[in-house]
Amino acid sequence: MAENLIKPENLVYKKSGIMTDRVLHYCPGCGHGTAHRILAEVIEELGIQNETIGVAPVGCSVLAYYYFDVDMQEAAHGRAPAVATGIKRVMPEKYVFTYQGDGDLAAIGTAETIHACNRGENILIVFVNNGIYGMTGGQMAPTTLIGMKSSTSPFGRDIKTMGSPIKMTELVAQLPGTYYVTRQAVHKPANVRKAKKALKKALEYQKLNKGTCFVEIVSNCPSNWKMTPVQSNEWMEENMFPYYPLGDIKLPQDENKK
Amino acid sequence: MAKHGDIVIDIERCKGCEVCLAACPHSVLALSPEVNKKGYHYTVKVNEDCTGCTNCAIVCPDAVITVYREK
Repeated sequence: MAENLIKPENLVYKKSGIMTDRVLHYCPGCGHGTAHRILAEVIEELGIQNETIGVAPVGCSVLAYYYFDVDMQEAAHGRAPAVATGIKRVMPEKYVFTYQGDGDLAAIGTAETIHACNRGENILIVFVNNGIYGMTGGQMAPTTLIGMKSSTSPFGRDIKTMGSPIKMTELVAQLPGTYYVTRQAVHKPANVRKAKKALKKALEYQKLNKGTCFVEIVSNCPSNWKMTPVQSNEWMEENMFPYYPLGDIKLPQDENKK
Repeated sequence: MAKHGDIVIDIERCKGCEVCLAACPHSVLALSPEVNKKGYHYTVKVNEDCTGCTNCAIVCPDAVITVYREK
């Protein structure tokens, strides 16, 4: 190339300043990193770094507080929506979000999740669904697909003994307390852009005090699915998306009327 | 004509997941035969076809890519 393009005026993309410089502990290709990054970018774009409080879960993303340069609080396993409820009620002018995986939100924290959504707490719940318990070694989660092998379902999930995967996002969309419910993914550029828009809308809606915003991000788990990151993304498209279809599930009422 | 772009890769943070390789529409990226300090083969730029579309950077889970595009 004739000219050197690496100058500040040509910059079109760099790591958000809300992300700390710490190297992420996630496995190569894990969707958690991308989800963290877009959430950080949204906080930066809205200029709400000082007004945002995050609640970290237990699971792979237990160390999320190392990576966001905003106030963070660690919650007991599954209790992030309850902790976020407390924070939001004490400081209603702050933007409060929880960041949870499927083992945290859909298994041990089902009660907290459903009741926080039912009460219509003005928080954002980010739900990263990879259909497995990643941190503890790939055990079956409530969201594991039928027939999917995990370390505690080595012959595949059997519907008779283990039940069907739970669709938390559709479930909370039924509750009157939720305002905006959507399911996105972060494996391809177009999906990342859409997911980022969804997160941005969800944080903007928090100002309206209309109810809980719930954003599910369908993600991969290359290590525990025992695939390469690229293979796991393809597998996710073929197997996860038919059961967990992407798109908005509940839009704000005013938008529905148009 | 498409604009030219350029990328800077923070090779020590790269984990060689290859998600950016699949996202690049112009096959600009490849894995290096060398490894970084953590032992991962890292992404390198192999040709000058980059248009600065930012696709690689926005799918990168570790935010290692910075993108520049001519004005």
